[in-house]
Amino acid sequence: MTSNSSSATPLLEVANVSKSFTMHLHGGARRDVLRAISFTAAPGEVVTLGGPSGAGKSSLLKMIHGDYHCPDGAIRIRHDDGVTDLASAAPRRILALRRHVIGYVSQFLRVIPRVSTLDVVAAAGREGGLAPDVASERARTLLTMLNVPGHLWALPPATFSGGEQQRVNIARGLIAPRPLLLLDEPTASLDARNRAVVVELIREKQRAGAAIVGIFHDEDVRDAVATRIVDVTRFAPAA
Amino acid sequence: MSGLHDQDEVPLLAVRGLAKYYGARRGCANVSFDLHQGEVLAIVGESGSGKSTLLNLIAAELEPDAGSVAYRLRSGETRDLFGMGEAERRLLFRTDWGFVRQDAAQGLRMGVSAGGNVGERLMMTGARCYGDIRATAGDWLERVEIDPRRIDDGPRQFSGGMRQRLQIARNLVTRPRLVLMDEPTSGLDVSVQARLLDLIRNLVAELGLAVIIVTHDLAVARLLSHRMMVMKGGAVIEEGLTDRVLDDPQHPYSQLLVSSVLAA
Amino acid sequence: MNPTSYEPASGYNFAYLDEQTKRMIRRAILKAIAIPGYQVPFASREMPMPYGWGTGGVQVTAAILGPQDVLKVIDQGSDDTTNAVSIRNFFRKTAGVAVTTRTADASIIQTRHRIPETQLSAGQVLVYQVPIPEPLRFLEPRETETRKLHALGEYGLMYVKLYEDIARNGHIATTYAYPVEVAGRYVMDPSPIPKFDNPRMHDMAALQLFGAGREKRIYAVPPHTSVRSLDFTDHPFTPQVFTEPCALCAARGVYLDEVILDDRGQRMFVCSDTDFCEERRASGHRGHLLGEAPAALSGQPAQQEAC
Repeated sequence: MTSNSSSATPLLEVANVSKSFTMHLHGGARRDVLRAISFTAAPGEVVTLGGPSGAGKSSLLKMIHGDYHCPDGAIRIRHDDGVTDLASAAPRRILALRRHVIGYVSQFLRVIPRVSTLDVVAAAGREGGLAPDVASERARTLLTMLNVPGHLWALPPATFSGGEQQRVNIARGLIAPRPLLLLDEPTASLDARNRAVVVELIREKQRAGAAIVGIFHDEDVRDAVATRIVDVTRFAPAA
Repeated sequence: MSGLHDQDEVPLLAVRGLAKYYGARRGCANVSFDLHQGEVLAIVGESGSGKSTLLNLIAAELEPDAGSVAYRLRSGETRDLFGMGEAERRLLFRTDWGFVRQDAAQGLRMGVSAGGNVGERLMMTGARCYGDIRATAGDWLERVEIDPRRIDDGPRQFSGGMRQRLQIARNLVTRPRLVLMDEPTSGLDVSVQARLLDLIRNLVAELGLAVIIVTHDLAVARLLSHRMMVMKGGAVIEEGLTDRVLDDPQHPYSQLLVSSVLAA
Repeated sequence: MNPTSYEPASGYNFAYLDEQTKRMIRRAILKAIAIPGYQVPFASREMPMPYGWGTGGVQVTAAILGPQDVLKVIDQGSDDTTNAVSIRNFFRKTAGVAVTTRTADASIIQTRHRIPETQLSAGQVLVYQVPIPEPLRFLEPRETETRKLHALGEYGLMYVKLYEDIARNGHIATTYAYPVEVAGRYVMDPSPIPKFDNPRMHDMAALQLFGAGREKRIYAVPPHTSVRSLDFTDHPFTPQVFTEPCALCAARGVYLDEVILDDRGQRMFVCSDTDFCEERRASGHRGHLLGEAPAALSGQPAQQEAC
């Protein structure tokens, strides 16, 4: 299926992607997750992956981010230089795409110990091509918007509550201006006030022309941002 | 350093078909990879997997039985390490390469002050002004978070973590482009490890270093490396983007390694 | 002491060593001269004296000594210390060569720790006794590695040594065995001569040979070879400077030994080169303490040692 509700050229094209895991430590048991999924995301779109948990939504995001192998099908990403198929791209290429094209907010914050919160966020901005002073400024703005108290900025986020960590994670994922954004349950552990902030941030990115693919557990968040829903269960392997 | 436009750039290091046998036992065999400027490659595996053999071959401390290691010099010319004269290779290693060793006693001159340790490469490459050498050494001590007032103390007066940081300063003082690291954090307390890893990460990014780091610690690989190779029995059994090898390992042995780590 | 020849003792080959051994040592010497500053290994023989007493220098002297040679032996500048006397007696006994204390009269001068003050001339040979020939030993104990460093001309380590010196003492505190670079290539240990003597090795008209018996190495500085003391641009090499003249002969610009005269700390500075000092006094130079100096130091003629 290659439904495309937007007239713009898609920035992301997922074509016939299947995924299964072979667990060699468990007698080579094979778990099929997705079969022949296809969809696109164009600039200005917020494509929401729908389906119950375990349907392979997170796996799909991880494949688009390059964390999971993509043995079947193609994940084509358009950028200044042309189109790269992430399924077959060299690691170097994927890393370059992550720096310049693909932004990702994972479910859990994974950072090095000892680095301050402000620096965790600013460093992500610098990696995404922001000048150091711009990155610091933007990090402050985002942390303020996301209600991370100022007295925490100098501390490493490892000791923060789940919600605080998640907000730091969002700031980190959104700081750099990247044309493709992958959001994996960004609002899962947030209260209503912060959910609203995240919704606003997503809309801002959308208005700026980003193509966004997200998984949103909260129906109200999904309804607020989604321009299209791709139901992943339709691509679940036959039992 | 790393736009989307540099895909065709010549790699800094090109390893092809590298092999070493200890009698009938395979040290490592058929190892090939490219390393580009600014890339960090982790080589992981258990003891005896061949990762240290591979590192020592790349450092020309062992003679390979087969294969080549080509390096792109600052001049732009690419040369085979084993085709170079020893004098030229040693000059290359003490200017454009670094080697941070697991055992600081092997990577440092234990009887020489911190300043002398850091200044050695400068003096080896013709620096003849004491004041300049000392000032540069002091700067580098500061960069690796050693109090410059300890410039005249010897490594024996330093803790394990400080010794490793001193090794790093000693290696980086000539601004090398490639640094080899052999288990640089093992044997250190966890908190000391974290600090060292953070320091290495920052220096690597700041200086655009290419790094080959040998480690048995997957967390170290995750934190520092862009790519990784998993070795077993002298062979590379899986390689790729670090996140991908760790999050979606394909080979049974990689799966075993990843699943054996206690998640923190 | 004027040159005089002696009958050699019977039962010894000329100058003790057999001719094959002398040839072997001469080959090493020739190689050493051909590669200034390079340490040539040689098959050092057991000598009838302990290591540390100049077995290397003695073997070099024995290998180059001919019946017509006139030999002078000094230790710390002095002709009449035990070591110098023994070696001089050794060659007088085994080779019957003429011996002298006068620098100008000697064709071969074996020395420990000094270069004579009198300028040496073409045709003379200065043989140094060397305890540790390897200047890099201080920082690099592996012989395989030091050889490689010499071969590749990697002398950064020498500077690390000087750096450490300055870091510890505020200046280069090495005052003897101060490393030199020979003919722009090899770095060499000049043997434990005071650094005062270093500049005098440079462009010397005489041939300089170095023998290390225990370490089995011979090296050489051919006549008129450049010898440069290593240093830093901001800590340049400086030889020792003595403010006062020799108390006995009033010589200036020479290397002086401090002599303690009594239990109350009375002391005087006198020439370390005894022959030089005596000659000056013989030609009428008088130092300010000449009258008060003990007989052993002052104008008394050096005792003729018995055979």
